[in-house]
Amino acid sequence: MTEALIQLIDVYKSFGEQHVLKGASLTIQKGEVTSIIGGSGGGKSVLLKHLVGLIQPDSGEILIEGKPIGSMSKKERKSLKRKFSYMFQGSALFDSMTVYENIALPLKEKTKMTSAMIKKKVDDKMQQLELQGNEHKYPSQLSGGMKKRVALARALVTEPEIVLFDEPTAGLDPVKKNAVHNMISDYQHKFGFTAVVVSHEIPDIFYISQSIAMLFEGKIWFQGKPEDIQKSSDPIIQNFINGLESSKHEMNGMATTKKTLQRYQEAMVHLERHEIAFSLIILTMNNLDELNEKLGFVVSQTVLKNFVSAVRKKIDITDSCSMYGLNKIMLVLSSTNLEQAREFCTKLSKEIRGNNIIDIQPYPGFCFTVSAGFAEAQKGSSFKEVLKKAESSQNIFHEFRVC
Amino acid sequence: MSQETNISYNPIAALGRMVIFPVQKMGSVAIFFFKSLILIFSYPFQISKIIQQVYFIGMKSLLVICLTGAFTGMVLGLQGYYTLSQFGSEGLLGAAVALTLIRELGPVLTAIMVIGRAGSAMAAEIGIMRISEQIDALETMDINPIRFLVSPRLAAAIISFPLLTAIFDTVGIFGGYLTGSGLLGINPGIYFSRVETSVLMQDVMGGFYKSIVFAIVVATICCFQGYHTHLQSEGFGAKGVSLSTTSAVVISSVMVLVVDYVLTTFLL
Repeated sequence: MTEALIQLIDVYKSFGEQHVLKGASLTIQKGEVTSIIGGSGGGKSVLLKHLVGLIQPDSGEILIEGKPIGSMSKKERKSLKRKFSYMFQGSALFDSMTVYENIALPLKEKTKMTSAMIKKKVDDKMQQLELQGNEHKYPSQLSGGMKKRVALARALVTEPEIVLFDEPTAGLDPVKKNAVHNMISDYQHKFGFTAVVVSHEIPDIFYISQSIAMLFEGKIWFQGKPEDIQKSSDPIIQNFINGLESSKHEMNGMATTKKTLQRYQEAMVHLERHEIAFSLIILTMNNLDELNEKLGFVVSQTVLKNFVSAVRKKIDITDSCSMYGLNKIMLVLSSTNLEQAREFCTKLSKEIRGNNIIDIQPYPGFCFTVSAGFAEAQKGSSFKEVLKKAESSQNIFHEFRVC
Repeated sequence: MSQETNISYNPIAALGRMVIFPVQKMGSVAIFFFKSLILIFSYPFQISKIIQQVYFIGMKSLLVICLTGAFTGMVLGLQGYYTLSQFGSEGLLGAAVALTLIRELGPVLTAIMVIGRAGSAMAAEIGIMRISEQIDALETMDINPIRFLVSPRLAAAIISFPLLTAIFDTVGIFGGYLTGSGLLGINPGIYFSRVETSVLMQDVMGGFYKSIVFAIVVATICCFQGYHTHLQSEGFGAKGVSLSTTSAVVISSVMVLVVDYVLTTFLL
């Protein structure tokens, strides 16, 4: 059962003549990932800064666990601040401190831990985020992606209850973007914190969020589940989402979910008019989490990318391949019935075996499993129905061994 | 907008602004100073940060202070000798050089040299931290930025300024001796005995008090300017930092001279 952790009620904020927030109301549920989307310069970061008290609203109320921030005592505000962590858009790393000092700072300043305990904690976090060997480097010596990871490590090292991410993937390449999304989702599951993410990454952000809020003209135009915003017929929402959703997925040049849906509708027309069967296949990489944990997020995303490239080589130009979740790939195969879909999967499992999915030897005895579920579309059945059927018939069909 | 334009042409409103704005600014500088001062004594003490800042403000300014002190003393020796010789009182050179340095030039020139070397750096460093959201990051980590950034600098300035002033004075007196005795032939014994007899503890303490007040003025103004870089009305980003640094140097230099005058009237 989720409960409202943070509530913004009718918040107004202006900077001089510029009215940024004009009555924004938002609810953030405990233990969920809430993403705030909206146009550039639309006030998303300003909204986020209100949550942590960096900016005070001109009017309106911000309630944390039902209590207005304005009526809190100094002590209450202090203890509240300790529950929050904030990851800035530009990382905001202390440039005169090393990577280690940056990550250790909140522990050193705000806890009574001994230096040995701090070192252990920082080392653990650095290992989880693949930052080993960079302890003594300064932020100016790091790449953009690495800076983000250091900022993420600093934000998570205090084990906060609420983490606010201000465009965590801005300026990263597609593999690193997905790695950061995976990291957020993975840590959110692992540590159970409440996350608020400001992002432009549509549709990727939908995969990791339980709630999406769209900020438009200083107001929360929409708040709801990712599937609801995608289904919304509101032209403003549709224009915004379609404007940001590029026609190809950035990673591997895959089609977007929307394109796949279009492909599905076209195939359905062919089925209804010309009796040409088609099938839907869902490929799930089962142990992506294990890969994340053992090899790191960037490596696991590279594995996924290599796997997707191998799959794409096997499909026809009339077929469609798109990401369906963080570890799922959806294929719409035209002119393919259930038996042919099964054959396709068997062939795929044999042919991809031995391919260079991973360029490096991860650890002895490594293998990752891909489960494939497939379903043949019936006349008049909706995309959702076929998808559900494909997902429910999942069975492990092969283990790719890269040992 | 039109209302604002009207106000700016209203002479009474403009006069009001001219009075209110500096008073507000002085008030916020005073609050900033008291916060920083109180936070020096908050537990846990930031000893290592203060030592680092003493090294930066004090130790690294040593060479420039020695050079300035030596040449100031030397030029005072020259000027003093030619002026005193007109009255046949060259023997008083030691007293003239020592008193000028200890009472006035030592604290003032030390403060001005440190403003140029460390004050500008304080304003620029804190200013860059402000524009790159590092100060906001501290706030989100519940680390008081004034305690973390300003208090150690203020404490280090209060420790360093009197020591640097003492070094400036000593080197300056030897500089005066070099020109007075070495070049112009005054008896070294007379030079130093005049220094000894003329300089009272009251003069030394006066210089000491001045140097402490200057430390407070310089550290507070330079840190204040850097800390409020984002509020610079004439420029943002890198330009904002350059404006903060410039105004930190200009305002603190002028304030050192103004405060010097005020303190001298009380101390004399």
